[in-house]
Amino acid sequence: MVPFGGWEMPVQYTGIVEEHRIVRGAVGCFDVSHMGEFEVEGPAALAALQRLTTNDVAALDVGQVQYSLLCTPAGGIVDDLTVYRLAADRFMVTVNASNIAKDWSWVTGHGGGARWRNVSLETGLVAVQGPRAEALVGRLADPDVAALGYYRFARSVVAGVPALISRTGYTGEDGFELYLPWGETERAWTALLDAGRGDGVAPIGLGARDTLRLEMKYALYGNDIDETTSPLEAGLGWVVKPAKGEFIGRDAIEKGRAAGPRRKLVGLTMAGRAVARHGYRVLKDGRAVGVVTSGSYGPSVDRCIAMAYVEAGLAVVGTALDVEVRGQAKAAEVVRTPFHPPAVKKG
Amino acid sequence: MANVPKDLRYTREHEWAKLEGASVRVGITAYAQEQLGDVVFVELPKVGAKVAARQPFGVVESVKAVSDLFAPVTGQVAEVNGDLPNAPEVVNQDPYGRGWMIVVTPSGAGDWDQLLTAEQYEQFLAAGGH
Repeated sequence: MVPFGGWEMPVQYTGIVEEHRIVRGAVGCFDVSHMGEFEVEGPAALAALQRLTTNDVAALDVGQVQYSLLCTPAGGIVDDLTVYRLAADRFMVTVNASNIAKDWSWVTGHGGGARWRNVSLETGLVAVQGPRAEALVGRLADPDVAALGYYRFARSVVAGVPALISRTGYTGEDGFELYLPWGETERAWTALLDAGRGDGVAPIGLGARDTLRLEMKYALYGNDIDETTSPLEAGLGWVVKPAKGEFIGRDAIEKGRAAGPRRKLVGLTMAGRAVARHGYRVLKDGRAVGVVTSGSYGPSVDRCIAMAYVEAGLAVVGTALDVEVRGQAKAAEVVRTPFHPPAVKKG
Repeated sequence: MANVPKDLRYTREHEWAKLEGASVRVGITAYAQEQLGDVVFVELPKVGAKVAARQPFGVVESVKAVSDLFAPVTGQVAEVNGDLPNAPEVVNQDPYGRGWMIVVTPSGAGDWDQLLTAEQYEQFLAAGGH
């Protein structure tokens, strides 16, 4: 067990590589109840979220989920989050566990006029991810979830526990995230592991959660993005919608867009087996040109892979770079991402 | 409790040492590989390199973490396990066998007696292992 955002979390249950393969090949369950959830409602809720987040919340239907960002006025990233439209004037946002306190003061400080409620400690969250996830959740959920589209959610009951079922995840596989009443989360968790035995289900720890998301080049807050990184550098310009109107950070991000980012978050593969880890320097002909933000062995690609900020001119697929590993330059190459093809449900 | 063979000696950094005639074979313990998890990379010295007792001689890297390897005795590297660069997972599968790392020709006899016996290493693990 390791401390993570104030919680004691298992890095692994049986082994990171084994758990990673279970999710890619069958189905795994992640207890991510540490994540934070806020609800916001009232006639001012939409306007508050439009001002706080970078994506266009008005484009969101009831029953739909949106990936988005909270930014500072300088265009740095306060947090990345998902926004759920529960009703016309009622929303839930899911934030990173390590940022709950910071985000709470941010949204209530800048999202005035709307009624905010921090429901993090009333809300459990279990992710069920993998090609067998639909079969497993479908067996326990009423009504069935097969018709649920990607980034859509529905109210349901899972093994007798009321649930908000969201077709989202952080692995690149098809699957669901189940928001559950805190006190009944363990019951749903146990039911999923029991009912999924024939599917090869297993509990999955933080270690495999990290290697799975890394193979997709999904950003991890605190590693790849933070208040010193801009959405454009991080490759998250697609969730910034200046056309929707004013929001915090808009001017700074648009100035950055006009000038072009000086550095970009790229995917690297290592030629050898040494792991490029967070903080290692990226070199070009011996000159420091960037820094690794995440890196690991990628079990599905069977290579060591990494994410790194490098000078924009070098952020071109095929560029040969080095990563400084314990004082030695180890060959790396900028590659197309995701590293592993995603299998999320589309449509 | 992790497997601790009786015929080996141990370091507090979780290396094992096996006396083979005048040489000492070195690897990491079952406890160490369990703590590391899936080993993906092992960096070892070349044959002929000098190693010093209680000093790093190489690196073992798992998905989770990177750790130095510490020499149990001072001496010269006589053999290196050439299978590990391509099959580092054998360190997890067979830490006391095919997962061995180096063979050292000790330059003196004094270091051996400083190493933990199996009983001492078991006590060390029972007390937390660090």
